Amino acid sequence: MTAYLLKRLAIALITLVLASMVVFAVLEIIPGDPARLMLGMNASADQVELLRNQMGLNAPLAARYLHWAGGLLSLDFGRSYTYSVPVIDLIRERIVVSLPLALIALALSTIIAIPVGLFSAGRHGQAGDTIAMGAAQLGVAVPNFWFALMLIYLFAVWLRLVPAGGFPGWSAGVWPALKSLVLPAIALALPQAAILARVTRSAMIDVLSEDYIRTARAKGLPYRAVLWRHALRNAMIPVLTILGLQFAFLLAGTIIIENVFYLPGLGRLVFQAITQRDLIVVESVVMLLVAAVIAVNLLVDLSYAVVDPRLRSRQ
Amino acid sequence: MSLLEIEKLSLTIGDTPILRDVELSVAPGEVTGLVGESGSGKSITALTVMRLLPWAARASGRVAFDGIDILAASEDQMCALRGDDIGMVFQEPMTALNPVKTIGEQVAEGIRWHTRASRADAEDRARKMLDRVGLPPAQVPLSRYPHELSGGQRQRVVIAIACALKPKLLIADEPTTALDVVLQAQILDLLRDLVAENRMGLLLISHDLAVVTEMAERITILRHGEVMEAGDTARTLSEQLHPYTRQLAQASMHVPARATTHEVGQDNPQLQVAKPLLQGARPLLQVESVTRDYPGRRKSLLKRAAPTRAVDDVSFSIDPGQSVALVGRSGCGKSTLARMVLALDGPTSGTIRFRGEVITGKSEAELKPARRDMQVVFQDPYGSFDPRQKVEKLVAEPLHVLEKKPTDAERREMVAKALHDVGLGPRDMDKYPHEFSGGQRQRLSIARAIITRPKLVVADEPVSALDVSIRAQILDLFAELNQTLGVAYLFITHDLTVARAITDQVMIMHAGKIVERGRTSEVLDHPQSEAAKSLVAAAPDLHRAIARRLQEQG
Amino acid sequence: MTLRFDLPEDNFADILVRAFTNRSFLTGFVITALVAAVAIVSFFWTPFDVTRLIIADKTQAPSPAHWFGTDHFGRDIFSMIMVGARNSIAVALVAVGIGMGVGVPLGALAAARGGIVDEAVMRLNDLVFAFPALLSAIMITAIFGPGALNAIIAIGIFNIPVFARVARAGALAIWPREFILAARAAGKGKALITVEHVLPNIVTLLLVQGTIQFALGILAEAGLSYVGLGTQPPMPSWGRMLFDAQTRMGVAPWMAIFPGMAIVVTVLGLNLLGDGIADILDPKSRRQR
Repeated sequence: MTAYLLKRLAIALITLVLASMVVFAVLEIIPGDPARLMLGMNASADQVELLRNQMGLNAPLAARYLHWAGGLLSLDFGRSYTYSVPVIDLIRERIVVSLPLALIALALSTIIAIPVGLFSAGRHGQAGDTIAMGAAQLGVAVPNFWFALMLIYLFAVWLRLVPAGGFPGWSAGVWPALKSLVLPAIALALPQAAILARVTRSAMIDVLSEDYIRTARAKGLPYRAVLWRHALRNAMIPVLTILGLQFAFLLAGTIIIENVFYLPGLGRLVFQAITQRDLIVVESVVMLLVAAVIAVNLLVDLSYAVVDPRLRSRQ
Repeated sequence: MSLLEIEKLSLTIGDTPILRDVELSVAPGEVTGLVGESGSGKSITALTVMRLLPWAARASGRVAFDGIDILAASEDQMCALRGDDIGMVFQEPMTALNPVKTIGEQVAEGIRWHTRASRADAEDRARKMLDRVGLPPAQVPLSRYPHELSGGQRQRVVIAIACALKPKLLIADEPTTALDVVLQAQILDLLRDLVAENRMGLLLISHDLAVVTEMAERITILRHGEVMEAGDTARTLSEQLHPYTRQLAQASMHVPARATTHEVGQDNPQLQVAKPLLQGARPLLQVESVTRDYPGRRKSLLKRAAPTRAVDDVSFSIDPGQSVALVGRSGCGKSTLARMVLALDGPTSGTIRFRGEVITGKSEAELKPARRDMQVVFQDPYGSFDPRQKVEKLVAEPLHVLEKKPTDAERREMVAKALHDVGLGPRDMDKYPHEFSGGQRQRLSIARAIITRPKLVVADEPVSALDVSIRAQILDLFAELNQTLGVAYLFITHDLTVARAITDQVMIMHAGKIVERGRTSEVLDHPQSEAAKSLVAAAPDLHRAIARRLQEQG
Repeated sequence: MTLRFDLPEDNFADILVRAFTNRSFLTGFVITALVAAVAIVSFFWTPFDVTRLIIADKTQAPSPAHWFGTDHFGRDIFSMIMVGARNSIAVALVAVGIGMGVGVPLGALAAARGGIVDEAVMRLNDLVFAFPALLSAIMITAIFGPGALNAIIAIGIFNIPVFARVARAGALAIWPREFILAARAAGKGKALITVEHVLPNIVTLLLVQGTIQFALGILAEAGLSYVGLGTQPPMPSWGRMLFDAQTRMGVAPWMAIFPGMAIVVTVLGLNLLGDGIADILDPKSRRQR
């Protein structure tokens, strides 16, 4: 067990370090001088040079990387070029929008998808299965930002039930804040739920054809009991994998969805930072998102070990 | 009165008829054998009694268990019967247990479900049941998971699940087919004891006539979903009135006719290894102190378990044209040894010479000449062909090692010749492997092996996946090619009947070592080592089984 | 149990029969062919010229003249969708090509060599997977500038690990088979075996994954164009049309509805096609997303 956990942990750390190098390298080769960008086109060469020295841009590459990576570890991401505030403050301000949004979407997707997947697997080939999977097939094909537009049209423009966009802030009260997250969360969640329901169904169907299901039936357990006691846990393994992948999708999805709904979240922050060439913000937010993805994947690996005893004793 | 009574059972899956008018009965405390080749419908018969059929199956007729009409019973009634009054044991122990639950949970589950016993009580009974099937707590605690057990142990767990509530009827569908002969004998003994203890009825399903004869008082022979013959085992098999019964029995005992030209060491089998050297003839294959270790499992990032020694200081030689069997239980290292002989795996230490040249530690290019004279036949007639290629390409594959690449016309001619040698026609060249039956595929496999006219063919359990009648034909083919082409064989098998049928010499392998070698009939009739003795004692033998049954009945 | 349900694996006539009786495949095939046909026709003919702006005709509702209505510059939305189809298909197709071309050899290599090579390929995969694909695509297009070409590269790069993983998993299932051992006994090396035996046996998997990635590529291109980083105006693209529609939802909802439907139908068709191919060629194949 410990060997498995240690290996997964080591892989996660290596991936994180490599990812930080990639982020750093990519932004190094971006055309354009951040110092020049901050000072504007009218600044003199001396002024630019001075700022470059202040920002540490003239130090050797390795030193700059180590300085930057060291800063990341102590949550010191540096100062934003455009906002002139510490990046960590920007992130703190934005994450309270993005994180709840992603979590609500993930929860929504799971709550919808897993029962639908189990329902379909239990009625494999029957009318209920065909209808549910037809809907899922459609759901997979819908781009979430278009779905978001349709939701806005229906619920905000037509029915006027919820705001079409914007975020009042948590200080305005939990309910109004949640209300403005409902449509974005649904827009993010439904296409993901469609994928998850399909995976749940096919995992269950695969498991139900296994020999040990027949053994359980031969014990006298009714079909339903076999489904819950024997099939479900085995079918969770592929479902967990997809859940891990979906977290990454949801994080990326927030970038576009936050733009559709004018939500002041991390996605919108990073998108604006890209257009404004505020590299330090881009670096920091990307690193944060990448770290979150790696952490979630590690969590998925650990949950495999909980579900599957074979992993606990193998290497 | 019978415990299980099947009358005029017919069954179709979709539009395909599977069973027709099957009649069968099992009495309490009695073993009934159900014998048939693959596709005869014996497994479906068992699943009908359990009512665990595929959705599309439609059954008619009457199946009565203890007075209950099984075909008309409600699903609730069936759930009450399954696992309580009727238990079932399946063929594949490796996949029959849920990998994510402990064996304790899995044995106790049925007990709790049927008796509403508390968890502690159920576990207590599960413990006793596991003790009974030969899995003591010190060796196998309840908290073990299936993957931590061997195949034989897993089959014992499956039996414990099936017998936990002392069922009136146990259905065992090929319970020992996936196990080696020694394990098979142990499991059969266990089943026999359980029948005697609880006056349980046992429906034993098997393709192996010898196994059924040893176990069953009464026998039913099934073919293409119809009963061919049924009755008292000893009488049915000794009289062999029905032609199909006779055919099956003869195929089971078949020994190909061979001229015994290679029995050079008749005077003293121990001298055999040295003899060819005295005669000046060079041995074809020489294996010299070969050892193969596999690295141990990684226990943590730094620690590894001690390596396992699969093959331990093995030496032997094979003469040109000689047919040698390598016999041993599963996991004894015989397949690893075969792979090293074929230069598909390298030994940790020791050397292997083929035609006098060292083949260990050579590159693929250097091995080409050796590969020309050395080919292989595998066990699984389904897995040993690439499903995406046509027969012509598959059979021609070894031509890759020829120095001069044959032209297309030459290649087709060589393939046609090889196909002819194994009894297939030139038209089969343009077919895909799935268009052939299991026996025909094994012929293709042999055609592929002899196309380069090799001096040595290594055959890894080449007939164990085949039905008995097909098996007899394939053994004949091996014998014939031995005569006509003078090819030497290394036969890897756990089945002593195969060894007896086709080889001059036998080597017994146990725990990585060769513990005995000698003339086949000598070793099989008078085994010396413990390993050989247990293999010989465990091997089912139809002659012996019939004789014993007749003797018991007087 | 000795039941065997061996399905014929490679008989062309059988496959054809199964193809024409498989509902998913037929529906998917017809939709995909239709979209492809529309894209091709758009090179020669569209109902209206999409490069000419006629402000007088702006934001007209669907009518017999303009089936799907017009946009805020008076362009015919049906014609724009036709031209947009060829962009979407081109971007997604080339991106799948990049992913397959690099990913499949990597995956096959990892499976054939094992050990350190395998480990290196897998770690590289982990690395790319750690970047949420769309975020990284946005980064790449932001760095190298927006445009269809950079969108292709960005989407293509993130197809590489997907194909590498599918190819590796498929190949790992083939390598222990006995027919591979037979080929090795015939003196064939790993490269030759990979080409002759391994790849032909994982073609189905790759084909199915290909249709899935094609569909995802169309979604990704639409997303990138929607945020202004994909295909650039005046070239019409489905994502860009949706962006233009967003602020006009109240007055011209058809500007959003029809391009979105085009995306949904195309992606749906490809997914159905993929499901159908999987059913026909290999009923037990597992699909990954």
